[in-house]
Amino acid sequence: MANELLFFMEVLVGGLLAGTMYSLVALGFVLIFKASATFNFSQGAMVFFSVLAFCGFMQDFNIPFVLAFILAALLMVVVGLCTERLVLRPLMNASEDTVLMATIGLGYVLEGLAQAAWGVEVRRLDLGIGDFPVPWIADNLKLFISALDITAGLVAAIMIIGLFLLFKYTKIGLGLRAVADDAGAASSIGIPLKHIMLLVWSAAGVVALVAGCMWGARAGVQFALVDLALKALPVLIIGGFSSIPGAIIGGLIIGAVEKILEVYIGPFFGGAIEGWAPYVLAIFFLLYRPEGLFGEKIIRRV
Amino acid sequence: MKPIFMTYTKKDLINLAVCMVLSVLIIPTFIKTEYWYTSILIPWLCLALATIGQQIVMGYTGQLALGAAGFMAAGAFAMFNLILRVPDLGFVGSLIVSGLIAAAFGILFGLPSLKVRGIYLMVATLASQFFIIWMIDKFGWFKNYDSSGIITAQDIVILGKPFTTPLAMYFVCLAVTTILTLLAMNMARGSTGRNWMAVRDMDIAAESMGVSLLRTKVQAFAISAFYCGVAGALFAFCYLKSLEPVAFDIKLSFKILFMCILGGLGTINGAFIGAAFILLFPVLLNAIGNNVFHGAIDATIISSIEQVIFGLLMIIFMIYEPLGMAKLWENLKQSMRSKLSSSRIKNLKSSAVKK
Repeated sequence: MANELLFFMEVLVGGLLAGTMYSLVALGFVLIFKASATFNFSQGAMVFFSVLAFCGFMQDFNIPFVLAFILAALLMVVVGLCTERLVLRPLMNASEDTVLMATIGLGYVLEGLAQAAWGVEVRRLDLGIGDFPVPWIADNLKLFISALDITAGLVAAIMIIGLFLLFKYTKIGLGLRAVADDAGAASSIGIPLKHIMLLVWSAAGVVALVAGCMWGARAGVQFALVDLALKALPVLIIGGFSSIPGAIIGGLIIGAVEKILEVYIGPFFGGAIEGWAPYVLAIFFLLYRPEGLFGEKIIRRV
Repeated sequence: MKPIFMTYTKKDLINLAVCMVLSVLIIPTFIKTEYWYTSILIPWLCLALATIGQQIVMGYTGQLALGAAGFMAAGAFAMFNLILRVPDLGFVGSLIVSGLIAAAFGILFGLPSLKVRGIYLMVATLASQFFIIWMIDKFGWFKNYDSSGIITAQDIVILGKPFTTPLAMYFVCLAVTTILTLLAMNMARGSTGRNWMAVRDMDIAAESMGVSLLRTKVQAFAISAFYCGVAGALFAFCYLKSLEPVAFDIKLSFKILFMCILGGLGTINGAFIGAAFILLFPVLLNAIGNNVFHGAIDATIISSIEQVIFGLLMIIFMIYEPLGMAKLWENLKQSMRSKLSSSRIKNLKSSAVKK
């Protein structure tokens, strides 16, 4: 009995920690949605693009780790700049769906550019953190938890706290919230819309880079990352599109539920239900609480 | 213009006649190479049909859906099993029933559209995409317990006659596509389509005018999935000639989405234009790579460039012409017509001056 409970705990904790990986991707979505009410479908592509650039700098040009990371982050700022200038500004007054489709196009562009520049083969990314159980926890608590999962959890926690403070207590955060609420009104009282957008897209780019490093260290840097990043969408639906804590909780829920289902129910159906379970869970959430756990209620005017 | 047959005007009938003469007489007499049928015309017709399905739900009813390939897979595997297990149905019967089976999935996964829209609905429809592919993959029954993963599609036999040559398969695809396209145009112009468009333009206003949202949306999803299912069955039986769930992955869904948007939302001819463009552009790009650069550019780079161009086009169309290529075509016709009429007026004036 104790063993079963221990096994359940292990599955649960593993799932929760893996869920923080989804949270990291979801965080990028939330940042952009909070500041511009735009669904950035290209976030997954940004994860892929940034981490492939990071790997490319390190492995093809032999640039040291830290410098490569900074270069990749700068590249994401450039991507943000170009996106703001070339995609978002011309679509300022377009409908939500039009902008969403444009970001799908943007995702395609980023995926294609990344592959054209750095090739299509799977790259290994070594962060110096092993993806194996931490001996200390394995010995004392009898839980097998990967060091990489713990690092991802910590990184996610730090980023969440940082972003939360930024949004809540700084002037920039206030500006961001004002723009999200009503871009026209915000710009009329002197909030520089251009800078805000650039800031948000750059921040989302850096978040994507961090998420990409975590995913890349686990599964290799490859195109499949884009599909993995799609799972951030159910995370957002559960957590709410405009809530940073929601992205985290949503990620944790998805991570835990998908692991538990996979381990306990999966064998009856031949496994691999991870592929769709998050989406079906999201449908149930949509039916009962469409705005998500922490999202603001959407009120549409007629 | 007054309709002279159902909702069709004289202009429509002329267009139809031109298309029919072109596709039934001119193409088969002038195109003899098999490559054109097996690699371009057949997939074009199948994907155009799927794109019409996507159009119905996205272009006409305004519901952002991203699961066309899932419904195509449902249709394809339903077809395989129907021919295998219920041989009495025949090809046409199986095709209709597999479309209906796909439609059942469409209703099931279209239900969330009653509560949500936009990206929320997109996520809900992604569930259908992943679920259907997983279901086919994991339950051996659907694949007749074939362990190799790829099943060869049965030969097409209609009324005892085999349709196995590329030309014959082309005619099968052409017949099905023509009938379904005409039906789709009919629906789009009739009260069904008007309800769809009313829901697209403003659902709450449509509801207050007495349009049932439940009925309209579920109907649109069912019909859309029917079209995708039939298209998927044709795609597997005439083009791929094999069945494997991987062929219907999320990439195909995105491809159909692109065909639909670049072709022109809310138009039937846009589906054909979009499908032709997305299908032919890579062929063109490869030809340029082979003939201009003589294979100096790697094939993977070419496919990456293709992806970048599709993405850029998507952005450019969203910014400058959200109604897609069908609208560009319409504008071109319009400007030609106005040029023609202005030159006619000039002629009239000059002849009047002479007098």
